[in-house]
Amino acid sequence: MSTTVTASPAKNTAPRLRTPRKKHSPGKPKRNVLLTVLMALMVLYTVVPLIWLVINSTKTQAGLADSNGLWFAHDFALWDNIRTTFTYHDGIFGRWLLNTLLYVVLGAGGATLLAVLGGYALAKFQFPGKRAIFAVVIGAVAVPATALAVPTFLMFSKMGLTDTPWAVIIPSLVSPFGLYLMWVFAAEAIPTELLEAARMDGASEVRTFFQVALPLLAPGIVTVLLFTTVATWNNYFLPLIMLKDPDWYPLTLGLSAWSSQAQTIGGDVIFNLVITGSLLTIIPLIAAFLFLQKYWQSGLAAGSVKE
Amino acid sequence: MTTLQPPVAAEPRPAPPPAKRDRRSWTGWGFIGPFVAVFALVFLAPIAYSIYLSLFRDQLIGGNQFVGLDNYTRALQDEAFWSAVGRVALFLVIQVPIMLGIALLVALALDSGRLYGKSFFRITIFLPYAVPAVVATLMWGFMYGTKYGLVGDINSAFGVTLPDLLSPSWVLASIGNIVTWEFVGYNMLIFYSALRVVPTSLYEAAEIDGAGQWRIISAIKLPAIRGALVIATIFSIIGSFQLFNEPSILRPLALNSITTDFTPNYYTYSLSFNGQQHNYSATVAIIMGVITMIVAYVVQLRGMRKGA
Repeated sequence: MSTTVTASPAKNTAPRLRTPRKKHSPGKPKRNVLLTVLMALMVLYTVVPLIWLVINSTKTQAGLADSNGLWFAHDFALWDNIRTTFTYHDGIFGRWLLNTLLYVVLGAGGATLLAVLGGYALAKFQFPGKRAIFAVVIGAVAVPATALAVPTFLMFSKMGLTDTPWAVIIPSLVSPFGLYLMWVFAAEAIPTELLEAARMDGASEVRTFFQVALPLLAPGIVTVLLFTTVATWNNYFLPLIMLKDPDWYPLTLGLSAWSSQAQTIGGDVIFNLVITGSLLTIIPLIAAFLFLQKYWQSGLAAGSVKE
Repeated sequence: MTTLQPPVAAEPRPAPPPAKRDRRSWTGWGFIGPFVAVFALVFLAPIAYSIYLSLFRDQLIGGNQFVGLDNYTRALQDEAFWSAVGRVALFLVIQVPIMLGIALLVALALDSGRLYGKSFFRITIFLPYAVPAVVATLMWGFMYGTKYGLVGDINSAFGVTLPDLLSPSWVLASIGNIVTWEFVGYNMLIFYSALRVVPTSLYEAAEIDGAGQWRIISAIKLPAIRGALVIATIFSIIGSFQLFNEPSILRPLALNSITTDFTPNYYTYSLSFNGQQHNYSATVAIIMGVITMIVAYVVQLRGMRKGA
């Protein structure tokens, strides 16, 4: 007989979506080899470029040119490449790494904080202007972010903010997608009765938020934080416009500068460093996604409930 | 994330009303206020400023002059702009269905419970999302190359001459492949998350009625995740119309194929930062924004209405 457990996060207070999953029918579906093989092909497409990156970060500039792209060259230069990446040009790569971390901590951290507070407000309070906020924020998502870039640059330039870290951090603080996700998540995860009870006991709104709501929001917060981190870590267009001084570049901008320097006359061709630097750039994010898998996947699943 | 000290806005907390129903107070603003303030600064103000800019022209003599809708008439007759729009439209029509189609198939396969090693597939296919567009484009750019790349290796190994993927006739498809690689896993995850919350009782009822797997997919699963499909489509449309990172990073490797007016966004960028034509650039950006919103809106209306 079927013992169906319907995963219905609407009922779960904290969407721990590791709940036993639905079984499709009386009896388990049969594992399918053909389907698995097709998926393996898909995985191949996904990982070949990443494997290429790993293999080629072990090559010297000369080795890159005269060896097969998917196999190692004679000499194994990975450690040497990493060392050169960090020492080239007075160690500017390390500086870019620190800049990126700064943008992520303040930009993504701030964006998550604002999204959590705002999402909580939208989910659990009635207040004047709520519908207007919703309409404007959702409408603004459709405005191409790049269409805003030029006017934002001109505004910031008048305020004297361009070529400073603030020009990258301030626009990163707003994540409409994060707000939306947090809103849906808060609506599901926080029972209103619990808030009422806390208020009855005389807790202030601030205390209610921190002690009652915040712990329940944890999976959603991890999800939003991870996605805003990716957005900030990977951001290219905004810093490209806002920053002239290479000392403030994030990794993405630095890498693309290294890559295009081969095109300038007399420019040093350092594709081996571009490749090694690329590898070093993606490792932290991939690690974060793998380690936090359980949290962000449950947060995301809860976010899609309302659609 | 615990290190951040939340700037808790001043709480205008009136005496708690005894009546439970009366939650309609300004308390919510204390929480959403900070978001709204920054949002106004980085979204609303630039939009307003952009509209203002589009009505002026910077003259060498006479400075900033009000020209009304002149910039708009110029843009509507600008061939470079329209050919860029045509290019991203072509990209949209081909790349987006391929990407979303693959993402949907993968999501359905994962959801079917018929795979060996499901969670391995799920996380691996998602991984490219964590790779910055800059890195993805550099990687693929090198791989496309005949000198260092895989294409060169294949050519020499098999004695063939594959088409140059960075040539003008292939470069748009090559960019399409990069974008597909970057986002297929992300869209897959959105679809998969939506599939997970479909009540299983529906599948059982359908099976009792004799429905096969394909019937269940077409009659239950797809309608159930229509919202997710529409949202993913809209985001992909916006992404296509905004195409900038991939062509601009690929350009040093493909100077002949990618011009500085390759996409509308690239065009506004070049106008502003190479040509100093800020006013005209703002105009082009606004027109592109309006086109994007119209297309997204139409898709949303159609998507939501279909079979509802």
